[in-house]
Amino acid sequence: MDSAALEPSLYTVKAVFILDNDGNRLLSKYYDPELYPSMKEQKNFEMNVFNKTHKADNEISFLEGMTIVYKSSIDLFFYVAGSAQENELMLMAVLNCLFESLSQMLRKNVEKRTLLDNMDGVFLVVDEIIDGGVILESDPQQVIEKVNYRCVSEQAYGFVLFDYITGNMEDQGEKRQLL
Amino acid sequence: MIKKFDKKDEESGSGSNPFQHLEKSAVLQEARIFNETPINPRRCLHILTKIIYLLNQGEHFGTTEATEAFFAMTRLFQSNDQTLRRMCYLTIKEMANISEDVIIVTSSLTKDMTGKEDVYRGPAIRALCRITDTTMLQAIERYMKQAIVDKVPSVSSSALVSSLHMVKMSFDVVKRWVNEAQEAASSDNIMVQYHALGLLYHLRKNDRLAVTKMLNKFTKSGLKSPFAYCMMIRIASKLLEETEGGHDSPLFDFIESCLRNKHEMVVYEAASAIVHMPKCTARELAPAVSVLQLFCSSPKAALRYAAVRTLNKVAMKHPSAVTACNLDLENLITDSNRSIATLAITTLLKTGSESSVDRLMKQISSFVSEISDEFKVVVVQAISALCQKYPRKHSVMMNFLSNMLRDDGGFEYKRAIVDCIISIIEENPESKETGLAHLCEFIEDCEHTVLATKILHMLGKEGPRTPTPSKYIRFIFNRVVLESEAVRAAAVSALAKFGAQNDDLLPSVLVLMQRCMMDSDDEVRDRATFYMNVLQQKQKALNAAYIFNGLSVSVPGLEKSLHQYTLEPSEKPFDMKTVPLATAPITEQKTEIAPMATSKLPEKLAPARQDIYQEQLAAIPEFKGLGPLFKSSEPVQLTEAETEYVVRCIKHTFANHMIFQFDCTNTLNDQLLQRVQVQMEPSESYEVLHYVPAPSLHYSQPNSCYSLVRLPEDDPTAVSCTFSCTMKYLVRDCDPNTGEPDDDGYDDEYVLEDLEVTVADHIQKVLKPNFGAAWEEIGDEFEKEETFALATVRTLDEAVNNIISFLGMQPCERSDKVPENKNSHVLFLAGVFRGGHDVLVRARLALADGVTMQVTVRSTDENVVDVILASVG
Repeated sequence: MDSAALEPSLYTVKAVFILDNDGNRLLSKYYDPELYPSMKEQKNFEMNVFNKTHKADNEISFLEGMTIVYKSSIDLFFYVAGSAQENELMLMAVLNCLFESLSQMLRKNVEKRTLLDNMDGVFLVVDEIIDGGVILESDPQQVIEKVNYRCVSEQAYGFVLFDYITGNMEDQGEKRQLL
Repeated sequence: MIKKFDKKDEESGSGSNPFQHLEKSAVLQEARIFNETPINPRRCLHILTKIIYLLNQGEHFGTTEATEAFFAMTRLFQSNDQTLRRMCYLTIKEMANISEDVIIVTSSLTKDMTGKEDVYRGPAIRALCRITDTTMLQAIERYMKQAIVDKVPSVSSSALVSSLHMVKMSFDVVKRWVNEAQEAASSDNIMVQYHALGLLYHLRKNDRLAVTKMLNKFTKSGLKSPFAYCMMIRIASKLLEETEGGHDSPLFDFIESCLRNKHEMVVYEAASAIVHMPKCTARELAPAVSVLQLFCSSPKAALRYAAVRTLNKVAMKHPSAVTACNLDLENLITDSNRSIATLAITTLLKTGSESSVDRLMKQISSFVSEISDEFKVVVVQAISALCQKYPRKHSVMMNFLSNMLRDDGGFEYKRAIVDCIISIIEENPESKETGLAHLCEFIEDCEHTVLATKILHMLGKEGPRTPTPSKYIRFIFNRVVLESEAVRAAAVSALAKFGAQNDDLLPSVLVLMQRCMMDSDDEVRDRATFYMNVLQQKQKALNAAYIFNGLSVSVPGLEKSLHQYTLEPSEKPFDMKTVPLATAPITEQKTEIAPMATSKLPEKLAPARQDIYQEQLAAIPEFKGLGPLFKSSEPVQLTEAETEYVVRCIKHTFANHMIFQFDCTNTLNDQLLQRVQVQMEPSESYEVLHYVPAPSLHYSQPNSCYSLVRLPEDDPTAVSCTFSCTMKYLVRDCDPNTGEPDDDGYDDEYVLEDLEVTVADHIQKVLKPNFGAAWEEIGDEFEKEETFALATVRTLDEAVNNIISFLGMQPCERSDKVPENKNSHVLFLAGVFRGGHDVLVRARLALADGVTMQVTVRSTDENVVDVILASVG
């Protein structure tokens, strides 16, 4: 918790991870190569963070020298970590954007099963929000537009099948709109 | 790793994971369908997802298999399915480091990046830059420049961020894109603006002028993006710090104006920047503190956390500035987020009054087990500061600390608590017994060797002097039975101290020692045998010399002397007195209570200052044969700070001589001084033997000249002397620009202030951890006593400080601290007089109209006693 001033930089996010309700990793991204270089250290860190945070929904904590903001939804836990001196609200903006984007993409079913069924979309969303530790986009609406992903969900299976059959046609329609 | 998780998943049943049974080999097998025609986008997408998922889980892919999968993947570029294409980009990025020849996709990516599909362009740029190296960068430079200024925000942002990543790799190439970045910075899109600003700063950060210009431009034109504002605030505060700009600077005005921004993020960034500025006055802090105060009642936990954490930092330096927020902080101490509550309480502990301490401590102890180690250390630091502020609260604190000590926690946390308890014990004699009891309990189950040895040392020092020393023996001996070598050795030393000090415990200690002599470790056995033999002599002097007050020589000095001795074998036994004394008494280093760095406190083993001087002086031929350096004084300024020449003097004392080292600096850039020496006129029978001039003194390059003086042998009491000093030199005028001197010069002189040698220069401070034993050891053979009245001194504190600085001796037994509201005090001082004679002073002080002082001096040499008494009088 030292007070050394922050070197001005766009590299805001040190790590992002999504865990299930047992603390298992579903998705993790580490953007600082010096921070936990090995997989074992990363998973230890995630477990430690999970143990300290899953009981109370507190939104923010300070662990292992990092500010960590988090949010849970049903059986999922979303974490964004930044350096101790980082602006907490910036990290919060990233977390909110991640959560809102996924919530929209998964049609509000932010739970483990739906998330895993749409894992490709989740990877793309994370990729659109953060690039190598730099906040690329903070507006969920923009993220959804850029990813342009159609969700697979059990309730809407009929629609999905329909989408799939007519997939090519609709794709072209959308392309025209974007142009 | 994966397998283990799978098992758990199977047990938990329904919440099944479609990826749970993934086998890398099976997935790679499946990846063969990438080669089928026509491409089935849906199935291929699923397989790519599996591959990325496996990579993300930490599955290791061999180079060959990764390359194979990568090449198969490249075929998928033929499909026009959007999500599939996007997943290809992701795969490229993920595999960039594990697969070989990733650059084969360059042309596909370049095509997508410049194509018509805007959704592809941004991600394609980012993937391309990920696989591009310095040699390839030239080839895509043209496209990158275009992309940076592209009107589609996602394309521009992607290009800017990718450029930023590549700055590390090829700064020179990216630097050429600065004009494009400049253009992007005036974009309407908030993210593009932010990324452009970030890239511009990274390209220009070594050019302060360019950064200043950039700041001016944007502060005037204003920005749209809150992120960009935060970046600007950081740049501005860094610039302020570097230029040491005052708070009237436009940069500060800019930061302050951001306190009124409509985005909380910007407001907080500005407030935090102001708080972290060095040398910020209370008036400048006030607006920042008041916005933080507002944030304290925000419904958002992150904002409350940010605010209270920053207020906590303010409270360390300016507690009074935060008192206005006390009410808001009070509301936060029951916050459901324990981090916020902890920070609020520790802040209140810093700003609140003594009466609120009990309540706050009670509050915090209700949830201390729920907070993380990092915050526990914050709590301990707050308590430590509090104990110094309100010593009467020690019992509450001690209880609290002992409870914390029993909880689980890492080394940093435990060390903070132990340091805190030890400092309370040392500050506060009343708390000694409870504190020691808590520490004893702690070492019963302590896994940290460093802490255990530290506590054992503490027990050895303090335990024997408590009313019932016997109760500590059990704790110490348990360590001998149960612990590692280092702890056992420390326990043996502690035991010996009990035996030496308490006669009735001696027989039992001897029995225990006998047991220790059968230890399996050499060090433990050696110590036990040594102490056993010393203790059996039952001589106070021996005990004092070898058990209580160990060696007071400098360890590197001892090493050097011993090495020297082995090189030149002689009939004479090695003389301990030839070893230079340790300058800074090791045990007296006070624990840093000021804000500790998170973890790193590098144990410095730099040679002591005096060891450096010893080497320097030994290199000068005129100073051979003076014996070891006895003491070097702090530098004394012989000129005003802002004069033509700056001279300071360091006094080096030897057994029968003194060397005066004059460090001279020439502050005139149009002069070169040569043959510089300082002429000294002593007032007493001191004799100047030698001058060693400094050959030349260039502008602003310090150099030293020396004078060697013989101390009067016939009159050992003549310890003080005043020298009038004149600096003599040859001046040669020179060209200020080139430094080229004229051919001829002229002699000149410069009168310096008088230099005084006092009794303190002849005495080296030595810490006697057990003053009483040392006092007995020397005995009263040459004891003398005299009473003085100090008429000018009004308080005991002042008297104590005067005596210490006058005699230059080491206060022992913490007797330099006068308890409050007392009319009498005893000060113990220890030192070694030039020539190696121990000298101890006991000064009884009584406060009535002025201070009366009874001084008792003991030494191993009669002359020394006289010298001290004469100089006090």
